[in-house]
Parts: sequence; C-alpha cells; structure tokens
Amino acid sequence: MELLEFLIFDNLIYILAIVLGVILTVAYLTYFERKVIAFMHVRMGPNRVGPRGLLQPFADVLKLLTKEIIFPKNANKFLFLIAPIITLATAFAAWAVVPFADGMVLADINAGLVYVLAMTSLGVYGVIIAGWASNSKYALLGALRSAAQIVSYEIAMGFALVGVLVAAGSLNLSEIVRGQEGGLVHWYIWPLLPLFLIYYISGVAETNRAPFDVAEGESEIVAGFHVEYSGAAFALFFLGEYANMIIISALTALMFLGGWYSPFTGDSWIAQPSIFWFLGKTSIFLYAYFWLRASLPRYRYDQIMRLGWKVFIPITIVWIFVVAVMKVYHVGPWWN
Amino acid sequence: MSPELFQQIIFYVFATFTVGSAMAVVSVKNTIYSALFLVLCFFNTAVLWLLIEAEFLAITLVLVYVGAVMVLFLFVVMMLDVKQAKASQLKQSYTKAALLIAAAMLVELLMLFGYKLSGQIPTNELIRQEQGYSNVAEVGMELFTKYVYPFEIAAVILLVAIVAAIMLTMRKRPGNKQMDASKQININPSERIRVVSMKAEKGQGEDS
Repeated sequence: MELLEFLIFDNLIYILAIVLGVILTVAYLTYFERKVIAFMHVRMGPNRVGPRGLLQPFADVLKLLTKEIIFPKNANKFLFLIAPIITLATAFAAWAVVPFADGMVLADINAGLVYVLAMTSLGVYGVIIAGWASNSKYALLGALRSAAQIVSYEIAMGFALVGVLVAAGSLNLSEIVRGQEGGLVHWYIWPLLPLFLIYYISGVAETNRAPFDVAEGESEIVAGFHVEYSGAAFALFFLGEYANMIIISALTALMFLGGWYSPFTGDSWIAQPSIFWFLGKTSIFLYAYFWLRASLPRYRYDQIMRLGWKVFIPITIVWIFVVAVMKVYHVGPWWN
Repeated sequence: MSPELFQQIIFYVFATFTVGSAMAVVSVKNTIYSALFLVLCFFNTAVLWLLIEAEFLAITLVLVYVGAVMVLFLFVVMMLDVKQAKASQLKQSYTKAALLIAAAMLVELLMLFGYKLSGQIPTNELIRQEQGYSNVAEVGMELFTKYVYPFEIAAVILLVAIVAAIMLTMRKRPGNKQMDASKQININPSERIRVVSMKAEKGQGEDS
C-alpha cells in the first residue's frame, strides 16, 4: 500500500501537473505565435473567439478532435497510429528532469543532461515511422530529410552540452543551475557564448521549425511527414512539436541563463530566485522561435547540412577546449 | 505490494519484452519491423540496466544506439527496396548452424552463471550504493585512469574508421553542380543588378 501511495501522491500528481501545464502552455503558445507573427505582418491575428481571440486555442482543439482520422490506402495502420504517440510521449518524457525552481523537479537524476538529449533524440522515431507508415512519397521524403537533419544537428547539440558539462562539472540540471548563482555575470552564457548560440540554433533545427523546416516544406513536399494525418492524430504531432519547442527553450534558459536565478544581486524582492525568472527566460526563447519564423526564409537542404557539419561542429570542438582551459585556470567570475 | 516485489514484476515484464523483441528481430519478414523490434529490444535492455542502477549506461544506450545508430539503420532500410523474404527462400541448412551456435552460447552462459553462483558475488541481493552515489563520475574515473589506453586507442580506431569511410565513398562526379557557399556570400550586388533611375510613366489611356 505504501508503494501505491508513494506512486500516486509523490509522482502521479506532479506528473499530471507538468503534463497539464505543458498542454495548456502549448495551447496558448499557438495563440501567442499567431499574435506575434500577425504583429510582425501588421495584421490583427486571431480576434473572433472570446475576448481578444483568447478562446481560439480551444476552438482549434475542438475542431481537430472532432475531425475524422483518415487512413491512407495500404498504410500500415498500427505504425500510422503509434507514430504521433511516440512523438508526444518523448516530448513529455523529457520534462521529468527539468527543475522549475530550486528543488522543484520530478526526478532529480544525476544523468539529467544525457537523459534530456536521449529523449529529444528519440522524437525522430515519430517522424520516421509516420513518414514510412503513411505510404506516401511526400511523407517518406519529409521523414528522410528530417532524420538526416536531426541526426546531424544532434552532434552539434551534444558537443554544446559537453561544454556546459565541462563548465558545471555535473550532468545534473539542478547542479548546473546552482553553478550559475550570483547575478547576470555568473551565467554561463558569457563564457559559453558560441555554444549557447549553437545550442539554440541546433534546437530550432531539431524541432523542425523555420528556418529549418525542410522536413515539412509546404512549397516542395506539401507538409512532409504528417501530410496524411488529420484530426486527433495530427493534433498529437502538433502538441509534440510545441512541447519540444518549450523544452528546448527551457533547457537553454537552465543551462545558459541561470534557470531560476534572478539577474540582479542584493536582498531586494527582485533579486530573489523564483520560478517566474525561469518561466520568463523560457518565454524569451519561445518568442525567438516565432521571431525567426516570421523573418527568415527557409534554408536550402545543402545549406542546412553545411551549417551543421562544417560550421557548428568545428566551432563546438574548439570551444570545448577553450572552456576546459578557462575552467582549469579558474577564470573568474565563473570558476574562482 | 512491497517495493522488492514491484521491482521484480517490472524486471520480469521488461525481460520478457526484451527476449520477445529480440526473437522478433530475426523472425519477422518485414525488414522495417525487424529494425523497429531491435529498437524495442535496446529500449527494454536500457530499462533492465536502470533496474540495476546503472542509469548512465542505460541512458547512453538509448542515446547512442536508439537515438543515432538505429535511426541511420532505419534510414538505410527505408531507402533500400528490400524484398520481403518468403519462407521458401530461407535456407534450411542455416537452421542447423544457428542451433549449434545458440547451444554453444547457452552452455557458455550457464558456465558463467555457475561461476558466479559458486563464489564471490552474493547471489540473492543486489549491491546497493548509498543515496547520492553518482555512477557517471565512477564510469568517468575508471575510463580515464584504469582504462585510459584502451579508451584512447578505441577512439583513434573510430576516428580512422570515419576518415576511411569518407575517403572510400567520396567521389567527384563530372558535372556536379555543387555550390561554393563562400562564393555565394561574397558576391558583389553591383555586378549582377543595375539600378536605373527613371521618371514615372503614365499608363496608356489613363489620366490619373
């Protein structure tokens, strides 16, 4: 009985809180995205459902859930259905190790950083299986592009994380944040600036968002891997993609911008560490996602590959050594 | 239900899945299914490793084999048009050889278990580490002190393999229209476009 109580009260409630929180955030993220892009296009954006269009996400969800799921001819039904589930499950699983504030974490595991990398890299299976099971050439092309892109950028991403690991001396996400205590100048963004940029850009590429969205390039392959999906199955892909965007933004905030710590020092209320700092920092990167989408044209496939392999990977390898030297010689204010 | 029992149930569930998916890898006809079952097998093995508290190894298994190696594997399998093998095409003579190898491995495994049971490790309980024990640090210390030479040699061999693979497959085809990115970036706009200033013209038959 004790075990059951432990599972329910100590884990299930937290899991539910995180999952519901992420789903609600995703719902309003779509609203936010449309408003931001509308603002950049000098349009109004959604403004019909509810006051200022605030109920638009719910209208969209209801619409998607009541639509029919169409199976393509000769499609593999089991794999066709399991692909969106894999995408969603891996996107949610990564949230288990994210510390929202000091001690506010579901699973405070030592290998947290590797766990997150493993979970985000598993998301590619949803894309590949969806592309193959759809029995459509556009879907298969999209899946192949996506697989190549994710595998390529994962290397740069992994190397950027190695830099963080060297800087913090720990794989535990809470420990990494604690290493950045003490105001704006102590954040790892300064010694790891190239790695920070590479991590965020690789994150955008991993989540298949513009300008790296060749996997679903509407103008070439219709909608890529999810071209055959409709209704609730499509909604799951949508949810997974946005949950992944949030987790990339959250991780960038944790590893480079000091997570829950305030940029100010002192004893005033504004210098207190809190979850709001973490959420605020995460929002900056989410906004950057939409900013990039509204302002940049799509990369060509060979340009994506060149950027990943010939630009990012060499820079990260060099900078890992720079970080190691800085750490060994106790370059302040980060390592003294 | 005690935690120990719970753990044992989890172990047997995932062990069954591991063995089942491993057998499915070699017995299903469709190559894509085969590859996907291999993914499932790796995943379940990772869960078993988590149960013996080797969390770093478990996550690395998922990251490296499931997240990278099998993705490329699936990639290749999807690109190649592999015909589904029919039962009649399978050579019966392989079965005997396979059974022989399987029997040999079974005997070896039993001998290893027998060795373990006969001494050294206490058989009925797991070696537990106290809370806060990090096997990430432990693995790192072992690799870079005791096994530093094998580790470095393995790294160099892998590097050589990468370079060799690239050298073997890189061919310059005639008529290749690959673009040079630095050339594209460093173009001079004035060479390509001429801005002409001219007076506004009125359209024909329009007054305003």
